Amino acid sequence: MRKVISVIVENEHGVLARIVNLFAGRGYNIESLTVAPIPESNYSRMTIATEGDPEIFEQIAKQLNKLIPVYKVMESDNFIEKEMAMVKFPIDNSLSDIDALARCYNGNISNVSEDYIVVTVIDRAVRIDNFIKGIKKFSPIEIVRSGVSVIDR
Amino acid sequence: MKMTGAKIVIESMIKENVEVVFGYPGGAIMNVYDEIYKQNLFQHILTRHEQAAVHAADGYARATGKVGVAFLTSGPGFTNGVTGLATAYTDSIPLVVISGQVPTSLIGTDAFQEIDAVGISRPCTKHNFLVKDVKDLAYIIKEAFYIAQSGRPGPVHIDIPKDVTAQMTEFVYPKEIDLKTYKPTTKGNKRQIKKVVEAIKEAKKPLVYIGGGAVLSNSAELVREFVNTTQIPAVETLMAKGVLRYDNPLNLGMVGMHGTYAANMAMSEADLIISLGARFDDRVTGKLEEFAKNAKVVHIDIDPTSISKIVQVDYPIVGDLKNVLETMMSLVKSEINPEDYEYFRSIVKRYNELHPLSYHDSDKVLKPEWVIQKTGEILGDKAIISTDVGQHQMWTAQYYPFSFPRQFVTSGGLGTMGFGFPAAMGVKRGVPDKVSINFSGDGSILMNIQEFVTAYEYKLPVINIVLNNNYLGMVRQWQTMFYDDRLAETDLSVQPDFVKLVEACGGKGYRVKTKTEFEEALKDAITQKVPVFIDVIIDRREIVLPMVPAGESLANTIVEYKDPKQLENKDEK
Ligand SMILES: Cc1ncc(C[n+]2csc(CCOP(=O)(O)OP(=O)(O)O)c2C)c(N)n1
Ligand SMILES: [Mg+2]
Repeated sequence: MRKVISVIVENEHGVLARIVNLFAGRGYNIESLTVAPIPESNYSRMTIATEGDPEIFEQIAKQLNKLIPVYKVMESDNFIEKEMAMVKFPIDNSLSDIDALARCYNGNISNVSEDYIVVTVIDRAVRIDNFIKGIKKFSPIEIVRSGVSVIDR
Repeated sequence: MKMTGAKIVIESMIKENVEVVFGYPGGAIMNVYDEIYKQNLFQHILTRHEQAAVHAADGYARATGKVGVAFLTSGPGFTNGVTGLATAYTDSIPLVVISGQVPTSLIGTDAFQEIDAVGISRPCTKHNFLVKDVKDLAYIIKEAFYIAQSGRPGPVHIDIPKDVTAQMTEFVYPKEIDLKTYKPTTKGNKRQIKKVVEAIKEAKKPLVYIGGGAVLSNSAELVREFVNTTQIPAVETLMAKGVLRYDNPLNLGMVGMHGTYAANMAMSEADLIISLGARFDDRVTGKLEEFAKNAKVVHIDIDPTSISKIVQVDYPIVGDLKNVLETMMSLVKSEINPEDYEYFRSIVKRYNELHPLSYHDSDKVLKPEWVIQKTGEILGDKAIISTDVGQHQMWTAQYYPFSFPRQFVTSGGLGTMGFGFPAAMGVKRGVPDKVSINFSGDGSILMNIQEFVTAYEYKLPVINIVLNNNYLGMVRQWQTMFYDDRLAETDLSVQPDFVKLVEACGGKGYRVKTKTEFEEALKDAITQKVPVFIDVIIDRREIVLPMVPAGESLANTIVEYKDPKQLENKDEK
């Protein structure tokens, strides 16, 4: 089972290491991890996508809460979840085909150079998976995924 | 007043009423040591190894309930102390350990004696700090003491770069501390407590399962009251020795791998397990699928992560055991009828009569169990007992008559050989009017033998009773039982002359082979002002029983084992 956990932590030395060590040390998976400061506060938000059984999530949440600089751990089935992906294609593809596909996934063409087309899309993680499958025939050269961000509805 | 970071460290110790610091100096922490030199409000004890400094602080903390403090230098000084941190961490012992670090400007340059200390201590401390600005120092120290002793206690490590101890700032020691992100739950949920009392009322075979949390939260009185009022039988973990008196008829003794037959069978048969500050360690549960198969589980613990981590809990209560028991007692008195458990009491009584703790005593060779019992007869509650790790540790847990909490100091969670002697020095420093005994093995004692010099210098007359089997006995026991007696690297036949060794360090040594010799040596040892080593030559092939082989169910507790190579058994034929 996949689950996204949103963690608010004090913005201090080594806090990212604490969280990552906890996952590594206890054998929990991190599928993706997104970190950024929360504006106008001393906190950062870490959004962690992880894989495991429900009992494991319960432990993960408790273990995270136990870390001293962790302020809040949020799990929900009611998150709006978005992830970004950027993909580079060779220039010999059809611009309009790629543009059309990108639009299906809340995206657009971000740049076109002499050699490459770069596309950015923003969508749920599963939809990004589909997008990445769908672009195979355009021979993507590089795919960059961001990890997820979530917000409660 | 403006002062240097080094002075702030000292002043903060005084504010925290620290009476003793165990430590070892070096380049990165010299500024702090210079300030130690200039003051006389607390004592500094120079151990002869950093591991011993942290264990000594740990032993001090376990025996007194106060925070233990150790100072280390950077690099190897710190890494030598890591085993001490890990030992304290797994047993939830409150420590503040301060290490020096290379100057801020050199951090990250692979400077001389630079090591990523906070990176190393992160997984084996409750929390740690790297102090980057002298202005934060006093607050961080206050925070460290608060975190170490609140909630589920644990060691806290503070790493201070050398330039930070040199810089000046205004010293203000915070009176109160409020951490937004750290608020341990102390009061248990009232409704949940009511439900638990209801569950106890309905149970036919309830069993109290007492863990180290009962010691750490100073709840022994309440646990005794709870057990005596309800007349529910109880089992204890290694860490809970002394919470109930050894002679309380409801105390079935230790549960788990080397637990008593009665305790292990009671666990297997109970229909309600009431866990008081215990954490269902694998050394307690045995095979998990079989553990407490017939029971609902009540779990009271300050640490939410302990609950439902190993065993699915039916009645979780997060809170300080003392608070929860206080609330619970008022209900228990009116709601619970001790008569209801008479049947279960009679069952466990029968288990106890069937296979009480026992050993085959001998007049030809000293039995370790006898040595421990004899020490108990002579010293009883006049001593605090530390141990190292191995067979001698288990025998001590089984055979010493513990009668009060904090009487037993042992490395339970990590099982650190070399812990006992330095810990016993910390015990003696913290509780000078008790005799400080360390039951050790011939393997373990050598891991911190250098501390004879420390104990001699600081007049800490610890009595090491070394149960010498010329083996790494516990490993040897497994080899005999599960590896066809192939004794790979466990034979310690080559040994120093311990008596000479410790006398070279100013200590007093005895070598004993008979009961009379042992009694005489112990009685003489108690009068000594110097550290003591009693080298007790015991039956080499004695094994710890009962035993639940690793991965087996508690119901399969082995109570008899015939070792064809054991002297006694040969003679019997
Ligand atoms: C630092 C450390 N290394 C290794 C072990 C593994 N170990 C557990 S018990 C034991 C044997 C201890 O021998 P001794 O101190 O003579 O005690 P005995 O079992 O003979 O009573 C060993 C090697 C350990 N617990 N700690
Ligand atoms: Mg031995």
